[in-house]
Amino acid sequence: MSDGNSRQRLEDGAWSRRDGRPGTAPVLVRRPDGVLRLCLDGDWLAGRLPVTVEQVAAELADGPAPRLVCVADTLERWDSGLLSLLARVRERCDRLDVIFDDSGLPAGVRRLLALAGNEAGQGGRPSDSKRTTLLERIGRGGIVVWCHLVDMTVFLGEATVACGRFLTGRARCRRSDLLVIMQECGAQALPIVSLISLLVGLILAFVGAVQLSLFGAQIYVASLVGIAIVRVMGAIMAGIIMAGRTGAAFAARIGTMQVNEEIDALVTLGINPVEFLVLPRIVALAVMMPLLCLYADLMGIVGGMAVGVLMLDLNIMEYLEMTKKAVRLQDFWIGIFHSAVFGVLVALAGCHRGLRCGRSASAVGDATTSAVVTGIVSIIVATAVITVACNMLGI
Amino acid sequence: MSGTTRPMGSPLIEVTGLTMAYGERIIQRDVTFNVNRGDIFIIMGGSGCGKSTLLRHLVGLHRPAAGRVAYDGEDFWVLTADERQRIMRRFGVLYQSGALWSSMTLAENMALPLEQYTDLAAGEIADLVSFKLALVGLAGFEGFYPSEISGGMKKRAGLARAMALDPDILFFDEPSAGLDPITSRQLDDLILELRDSLGSTVVAVTHELASIFAIGNNSVFLDGEAGTMLASGDPQRLRDESEVTVVRRFLTRGESDRPTGGATLQRGDG
Repeated sequence: MSDGNSRQRLEDGAWSRRDGRPGTAPVLVRRPDGVLRLCLDGDWLAGRLPVTVEQVAAELADGPAPRLVCVADTLERWDSGLLSLLARVRERCDRLDVIFDDSGLPAGVRRLLALAGNEAGQGGRPSDSKRTTLLERIGRGGIVVWCHLVDMTVFLGEATVACGRFLTGRARCRRSDLLVIMQECGAQALPIVSLISLLVGLILAFVGAVQLSLFGAQIYVASLVGIAIVRVMGAIMAGIIMAGRTGAAFAARIGTMQVNEEIDALVTLGINPVEFLVLPRIVALAVMMPLLCLYADLMGIVGGMAVGVLMLDLNIMEYLEMTKKAVRLQDFWIGIFHSAVFGVLVALAGCHRGLRCGRSASAVGDATTSAVVTGIVSIIVATAVITVACNMLGI
Repeated sequence: MSGTTRPMGSPLIEVTGLTMAYGERIIQRDVTFNVNRGDIFIIMGGSGCGKSTLLRHLVGLHRPAAGRVAYDGEDFWVLTADERQRIMRRFGVLYQSGALWSSMTLAENMALPLEQYTDLAAGEIADLVSFKLALVGLAGFEGFYPSEISGGMKKRAGLARAMALDPDILFFDEPSAGLDPITSRQLDDLILELRDSLGSTVVAVTHELASIFAIGNNSVFLDGEAGTMLASGDPQRLRDESEVTVVRRFLTRGESDRPTGGATLQRGDG
């Protein structure tokens, strides 16, 4: 095939010009002097190649072969399938020190093969150094965890310093940002907090009612729901909603700013991103969470009351009176303390993940997921710690 | 501007033996050059060779793995955080995508640095903002959010923000990337104009040859494969006289040693 023809093939963007018939002659022939002939006859198209790399390799390994000659006098249609086959055959030949003779191939095939070989040489193949032993992986994992811990500590320190500057009125952040964030994480969360707290109150009352009515003690549903919701469940439900709603939003927002170099722009202007972005979010959540918690308490008690009144035939006044008797003021304070801690934790988790986000769209997704998981885990751990502490203090 | 007290042409940024690394991966080593006052300094090199990383080191976003970056003779990384901030306040940086703060309008974007660092009244800040926006041809866009304007406008707005505090040194990360030839040319003209009228020093990362020759009077060439700088100096002189083939080929689009295009395709024929 002439050089001009094959060039036309390339320029047309088509791999072949004519229809051909399937090849019938034997594909691999070993000559008496050991030289292997790869006869390309008829069509060689991806998915319909007459021979596989393994077959050629087996033939090469079968006996000493100084060279492999490609013959393509009767080759008709070909595409990338043939090229990738030949490239892999060439690789095998190189490995076995067999000369790969491509002079019989059409010029187009030869040029593309040369280009493919060239590419690997220029860009440099990724080295095999990524393969590591188990011990090395464990070690690297350990180092990553350690760096992560150090990084979290550094971030906590920066956030604490920023809060200190805020309290002394020296922090550089915009008050309008703070108000907008407060609105986003406070007022706008009311509908979802209402729904979830109402249902949780309902569920608690329902589960309690089944057991308590066995003893005719339905009225204690009010105490059960009141104490559970006010002391811990209201705060936990509000916290988990905020972790999923606001913590994720913080991570995604700050992560996207990281991707867009907006954080870099702050830093080069000498504005500390922890003060400017993290601080208002911590303050907003720490202020709004207790309010949301109070609201969640109210909705939870209303939910319990709905079960008490509609299912257990209790009187509304009776229910409220029982709740008032059971719930002490300190239970409220403990619940509110819980929620303030949760607010800070959710904000820290969201902002930390956002600030440490990589520079790609998928990194933002990872940061968001991680913020929610970290937020919820830290809420549960904090609850455990506070509960134990309250127990030891006897409150 | 604090920088104008020193004569033009004296070294403003001195980079000595700089090694840049991400963790254990070394990007470039032994990079040494000076940026003089009033220069338009070009950082050039092939894709992925570490040009933007070098810029990030120059603007103080990254601590060097080794070596020294000094401004007016002051070694940046031995200074305290406050002193570093004082130096960084002299920078204006235009990021590749503009990096406007997306939750703020253009006017708020521009006003933020002014609010942070000056005691100007709100009215004065608004006037300054309008003036700077007009400088880059965006008069009347004060109330727009970054998502409401085009890529080229974002870049110009980013430039206006970078100039908000009348910086001594303007850094540009690929100023003409993603711009059409005419807009890109206009940006080049604007950069020259700024240098001439404000006396700013400009450091730009670019591989746009037309821009390099149109505006640059000093440069450094980084090579990804060698992992270090291969040349520095006036780009036109490097093109005509450099003894390093890679540099000459880069500056002539590979035509200095290959008279015809598509040469790689023919490599397999022989």
